[in-house]
Amino acid sequence: MATVQDTEIRDPAARASDAVEELRDMQGEKMVLNMGPSHPATHGVLRIVLELDGELITKADPDVGYLHRGDEKIAENMTYTQFIPYTDRLDYLAPLANNVAYALAVEKLLGIEKNLPPRCQYIRVMCCELARISSHLLGIGAFGLDLGAVTVFLLTFTEREKIYNLCESLTGARFTTNYTRIGGVSRDTPPGWCDAVRAFLNEVVVNIAEMETLLTRNRIWVDRTRDVGVIPRDVAIDYGLSGPNLRGSGVNYDLRKTQPYLCYPDLQFDVPVGEVGDCYDRYLVRMEEMRQSVRLLHQCLDKIPGGADNKIKEPVNVADGKIVLPPKEKVLSGMEELIHQFILVTQGMNVPPGEIYFGHENPKGELGFYINSRGGGTPYRMKIRSPSFVNLSILSHLLPGHMMSDITAILGSFDFVMGECDR
Amino acid sequence: MVPALEQANKLKARFGDLISEPAGFRGEITIQLANAELIAEVCEFARKELGFDYLVDISSLDNYGEDPRWTLAYHLRGLANGCELRVKADVSEEKSELPTVIGVWRTANWHEREIYDMMGIRFRGHPDLRRILMWEGYPYFPLRKDFPLAGKPTQVPEIAFTQVAPLEGGPFVTAPGGKDAIEREPRARTPEG
Repeated sequence: MATVQDTEIRDPAARASDAVEELRDMQGEKMVLNMGPSHPATHGVLRIVLELDGELITKADPDVGYLHRGDEKIAENMTYTQFIPYTDRLDYLAPLANNVAYALAVEKLLGIEKNLPPRCQYIRVMCCELARISSHLLGIGAFGLDLGAVTVFLLTFTEREKIYNLCESLTGARFTTNYTRIGGVSRDTPPGWCDAVRAFLNEVVVNIAEMETLLTRNRIWVDRTRDVGVIPRDVAIDYGLSGPNLRGSGVNYDLRKTQPYLCYPDLQFDVPVGEVGDCYDRYLVRMEEMRQSVRLLHQCLDKIPGGADNKIKEPVNVADGKIVLPPKEKVLSGMEELIHQFILVTQGMNVPPGEIYFGHENPKGELGFYINSRGGGTPYRMKIRSPSFVNLSILSHLLPGHMMSDITAILGSFDFVMGECDR
Repeated sequence: MVPALEQANKLKARFGDLISEPAGFRGEITIQLANAELIAEVCEFARKELGFDYLVDISSLDNYGEDPRWTLAYHLRGLANGCELRVKADVSEEKSELPTVIGVWRTANWHEREIYDMMGIRFRGHPDLRRILMWEGYPYFPLRKDFPLAGKPTQVPEIAFTQVAPLEGGPFVTAPGGKDAIEREPRARTPEG
């Protein structure tokens, strides 16, 4: 059965004038686009409310907090040692580095950071640098994936798997390492671990070189990242950027050099610095930092006191029963050790009143802990200065003026982690 | 490298009695402002004249039960001269307000929003003082000491809700002055066999 439909066809001149009118409306009208919180390019749960004029971003409002767990509140309610596992969950791509940062902060408050045994310092530096390689591998892999370079992602994840195996044999866990203790580390390196690290280093440099051939002179890669997301030096400082994002903008600032901690003064490494401050520079800085980390790890393996398997039993914890748990066999046989164990587990160590801030050069930037103590076993207030939070605050300034498709490049080059941003 | 103490003394020379004597602890220098209203002015001077071009962090403290209730700690750093300085200012609970330092460092924007969100301290002159980690419409300030660890039930229809978490009183929570682990630990109280 046929149906009859009436259509009104107006004369061409009237239609043309309507079309012009509509086009003007469309051009003048800005579109508000919601990106995230669950979006592959936001690497977690970042939400950005964008105002678009066609493809051009005119306004960007990042919305964070979807992963807020109240870590600072939790910290006020437990002993210093109990909080270590929570630091794993800050930057969950580099848990070992977070552990070290937190332990150093509490040790600074206790005033024992100079008494750390040398072997402990070397192990901690190795942890930090392994975490840095792991984090940068993921950062660059995901950056490549966002811009369509899938092969790089596969390469980096193959390497990260090896780092996870090393983490597992060192700490017993692949992701949530919980490795450091206040005044030391939970256990010494297992037999053969140093050789395994050495073997890994020899493999990872080959793969870093291969990633380099895939990206650094790749025309598409260069076109999508060069002169995109340019952050001038003074703006980077003004917005408090840190880590590779700050150095990508040409600021030669690395806490390992300017405020040396652990055994970094004894080790040689260079701090790569960008020139323009675009996404490409941030990528190059991360690539070079990985090579410098390999260099640092080689030096640590050469110089570690006690050698690879610690046959001479170099200590890895400070010799203070009021800070570090005594060995288990002594707890069961000695009165003093039993008392120490009991006090440490039930009340925590006795921390003097005072306040400190300690900033640690984490893979993502400066991870800082501000601890305010009123004495006793729990902090009165602990503020976590997370690099991702501060780095993301520049987005509303940086994104306007870019094209919609540049967002993936800019976010990828920032290499943030929401677990740390939202705490 | 200019020692931080020297810089703190310059601030002291400029502002006189409005700033306390610099105090040192674990190699860090802290100065306390007599009046929080000065914070923007002091920061401006520190940045322009003393080279503190980098604001590391702003922390807030709830001195619950004391007066003034709030303390803010600004962590200043000069990237070129390597100095670090902590500037602290007290704010009373009735006032709960102080000037913003966004005009000095733009990174202060999110730090101040976070403090407003977590403690409920307002920053006069802040262009966009909204909640940042919690959602718009959340009624409490969770980092205040009188806010329970377990949280409080809330409901913003079609946005979000919260319920009391099972964390408080759990076996792994040690509160200062609270029960010790023996009393809290349920397995210790019910011996088997």
